[in-house]
Amino acid sequence: MLAVTDLTVHLGGRRILDALSMQAQAGAVTVILGPNGSGKTTLLRAATGDLRYAGSVRLGGVEIAGAPLWRLAAVRGVLEQATPVAFAFTVAEVVRFGLGAGLSAGRAEVARLALEEVGLADLAERPFHELSGGQQQRVHLARVRAQVWEPVSPEGPRWLFLDEPVASLDIAHQLAVMEVMRGFARAGGGVVAVMHDLNLSAMVADRIVLLAEGRVVAAGPPEAVIRDAPLSRAYGCPLRANRAPAAGPWILPQGAAAS
Amino acid sequence: MTAPALRLAGDPPASPRARRALHLRWGLVALLLLAAVLSISTGAAGLSLPRVLGDWLSGAGLATRDRVILFDIRLPRLAMGMMVGAALAVSGALMQGLFRNPLADPGVVGVAAGASLGAVSAIVLGGLLPVALTRVLGPQFLVPLAAFLFAWGATMLLYRLARAGGQTSVATLLLAGIALTALAVALTGILINMANDQQLRDLTFWNMGSLAGASWMKLALALPFVAPALVFAPRLAGGLNALALGEAAAAHMGHDVERLKRWSVLAVAAAAGAAVSVAGAIGFIGIVVPHLLRLASGPDHRALLPNAALLGAALLVGADVIARQVVAPAELPIGIVTAILGAPVFLWILMRRRGFGGI
Repeated sequence: MLAVTDLTVHLGGRRILDALSMQAQAGAVTVILGPNGSGKTTLLRAATGDLRYAGSVRLGGVEIAGAPLWRLAAVRGVLEQATPVAFAFTVAEVVRFGLGAGLSAGRAEVARLALEEVGLADLAERPFHELSGGQQQRVHLARVRAQVWEPVSPEGPRWLFLDEPVASLDIAHQLAVMEVMRGFARAGGGVVAVMHDLNLSAMVADRIVLLAEGRVVAAGPPEAVIRDAPLSRAYGCPLRANRAPAAGPWILPQGAAAS
Repeated sequence: MTAPALRLAGDPPASPRARRALHLRWGLVALLLLAAVLSISTGAAGLSLPRVLGDWLSGAGLATRDRVILFDIRLPRLAMGMMVGAALAVSGALMQGLFRNPLADPGVVGVAAGASLGAVSAIVLGGLLPVALTRVLGPQFLVPLAAFLFAWGATMLLYRLARAGGQTSVATLLLAGIALTALAVALTGILINMANDQQLRDLTFWNMGSLAGASWMKLALALPFVAPALVFAPRLAGGLNALALGEAAAAHMGHDVERLKRWSVLAVAAAAGAAVSVAGAIGFIGIVVPHLLRLASGPDHRALLPNAALLGAALLVGADVIARQVVAPAELPIGIVTAILGAPVFLWILMRRRGFGGI
């Protein structure tokens, strides 16, 4: 379980997160939503050990601050919003970095399977920098998946922390990446993703944590969070949640519509 | 790509580029041997390798004059050329990995100028140190030590200046390098003005930037810095590979980035500082060698670092042969030869990178 308690983070003298508490369970996809500047990425970065923080962030019972990097790396993979690659590494080489130093029998195979999972096995030997932005992001997802290939280790569940995993993708690949997230969670791993698209979030999430101004506005299953009042309050604009038969809630923006 | 489904641990790496890098290593060994043979057989004195070998095999033994030329002039020159070439190429590759930029090179960004300042300081100001200290270290050992320390300081400073938000920008890096070089050159100028006649002679000799002053003694002074750096460098390879994805990603994959940076800077300073202290500032080896190798077999530092040592050694020994041949029986400073070979490559990389997305 990811347990965040009274998390406060200051960046450049500004308080970005203010005594925030939230939880995410293994075996589920937890999506963090909120307007720009609400502290979504900061929350993710604190949870992955990138930032100093006050309060507590525990992953599988281990406090993130002060945990050895190799130990964290064995338990969770992190996909950043963008990860530029210096030098002309091939796609396969970039994915293999996720495997760490010990490239042993089954592990080499993992890199290939991870590329297959994101539908890029054909591009394995292409230079990474020749790929489109969306393809590059999928290569990095394969790298992060390779790092924590089995969703459950003998020590416990593993985790994926994803910062806007579908932001630069077309609709087909958005669905494919969301299927990767769901599959990892179904197999017992934990997924925590920062997302922007409310409708995709409602589709993929087991649980949504809605932030505004460094605090949790609402948290719970999509049906509980994707509602008119909390969304309109968090985003500061009128939003109406709708129900589709046999599907989750969906959002129709109420302003700026061409009529 | 039809790789076999499963490989055993210890098998050759799966990627075609990794295999090519291994094959390349044997070619580089052969190239180095060829350069070594050329280096031993060329020189002002008409001593050729066939004659030496002939004398040896016929049991006649070498004449005293030939023995002096071979063992006191040509062999130390060859050994020092190999050491300096390997040190410059590996420190270039390390620095490029650390800065995530193929244009970082000790010669270009001010580290060599810093090392020169250190060496000159040791020559001019060494007498001011407590006698006990110079006696323990030996006055000659002070020169490579000071070059190493100043190179270290320059690299640290450069890293602080050129990095912002976990990334290094090429513009800041090169501009900071220009400023550091200018400062080091100015301070070196002041020291040269302060030097007395004996020190000026030492300085001139050192400042020639060539392998002409090679001796076993110089080799022995520099090797304690260069050898550990060369042996240790490949252990940084995995970390430098991960660092190509940025500091945050490398840390997420379990690499201790701060430790990686500390050791990389130390290795760069030890190798480049010691090389400069015995041979002066020889430019562009550190840029050309890693660049050619990346073109040939990819940027993986596990293959790049050992191959850079071999190609750097071969290239510098080869450049030294050219420097001795072009205006024989006189010789060109080797830095001129490496600059003529290297500066166009540097410009070529610069032009190509304009379409590479920034950094």
